[in-house]
Amino acid sequence: MAERFAQVLRRHDRFPLKARSLETLQVNLGKLCNQRCHHCHVEAGPERSGPEDNMDRETAELVVATLRGHGFGTLDLTGGAPELNPNFRYLVREARALGCRVIDRCNLSVLFVRGQEDLAGFLDSHAVEIIASLPYYTRGRTDAQRGKGVFDQSIRGLQKLNELGYGQQIPGRERVINLAYNPAGAYLPGDQKELEADFKRRLFDDYGIRFDSLFVITNQPIKRFLEFLEATGTTDAYWNKLEAAFNPLAADAVMCRDQISVGPDGRLYDCDFNQMQGIGLSGAKRHLRDLDASLAHRAIATARHCFTCTAAAGSS
Amino acid sequence: MSDYYKKEDLGRFGDVAKGAPELYAKFRAWYDDAVSASGALSKREKALIGLAVANALQCPYCIDAFTTKSLETGADLDQMTEAIHVAAALRSGSCLVHGVQMLGHHDTVSM
Repeated sequence: MAERFAQVLRRHDRFPLKARSLETLQVNLGKLCNQRCHHCHVEAGPERSGPEDNMDRETAELVVATLRGHGFGTLDLTGGAPELNPNFRYLVREARALGCRVIDRCNLSVLFVRGQEDLAGFLDSHAVEIIASLPYYTRGRTDAQRGKGVFDQSIRGLQKLNELGYGQQIPGRERVINLAYNPAGAYLPGDQKELEADFKRRLFDDYGIRFDSLFVITNQPIKRFLEFLEATGTTDAYWNKLEAAFNPLAADAVMCRDQISVGPDGRLYDCDFNQMQGIGLSGAKRHLRDLDASLAHRAIATARHCFTCTAAAGSS
Repeated sequence: MSDYYKKEDLGRFGDVAKGAPELYAKFRAWYDDAVSASGALSKREKALIGLAVANALQCPYCIDAFTTKSLETGADLDQMTEAIHVAAALRSGSCLVHGVQMLGHHDTVSM
């Protein structure tokens, strides 16, 4: 299957897929999460609290040293729920002190976990940019994917962030909150602009909520989502959809071309999906301590799941 | 009846071009613009209309395709079910309104 994606790239004169910059350092802080979503490619959950699954202080300090030494413009923090890692706030403070843009991939319900009562205020005080997952603007579809009660907590979370200024586009005090939509089933996302307009209208009309942009994410047929596909007998149909929707322009704009992904143990990957599939970088530089400028133009390790990010208009 | 319809046949729709390729090409160009492109109607509105019509026509291929299309364009189960009710109501209404013709003929031939 890896050969097949590579063959498609060759057919479109885009092989090998190569990185073009090291703008973003995407750091996966671990598999600990207060949710256990049905589509999660990380297989995260509350039980994933062990040291083997989560980043330690030594590795977090190496992340900061890397930011300092290599001029990354953006630190993108993901997980699990990255905020639950004890090193999350340290990374945010240090990265912001270096002038890095910091993105927090937030599930919103984490704002209400015991011990995180001041998290929203912390994010605001460091002007962290938030990308919050919300598969739909109604309870049924959101909870079906992310767990009972998540929709209501998500709405409360968004309202709380709005009160702090997020999504309000206040001149001189920008607090950015983008939403990430992913389909709650075995189908591809629709038009991003139309979905964004719909989300903006319904969230404002129903809950008074504002946000900046909606990103659409195509579900990766790996891990838990693959289990769902297999349980519903839709695996082949879904793969066929992804492969038929290959868009060479989306391949030009895939995230891995401008970022490098770091695992909880400091190992390097081209993206979070490769990380979860255990596919390391192509060359010899496999750990954060080996990172150097040459990785900005590395050949990216591809596999069949790369059809997901290159389908239709692409995946954010 | 299930032997007559196979899910995988929808993927072979293009094979119908074999007997009349130019006519199929014309159909395809018109179909794609009419059904899929945003215009005065959004993609979701078109998908829901397509779903309603598919149910009225009882075409299993179209029902599957437009269920997926409706989901992809952000429609939810409530909206999709209402759309089917619109189609169902119109089909029954069009049946019932012909009762007026019945009444007319009844009155003509009855003492």
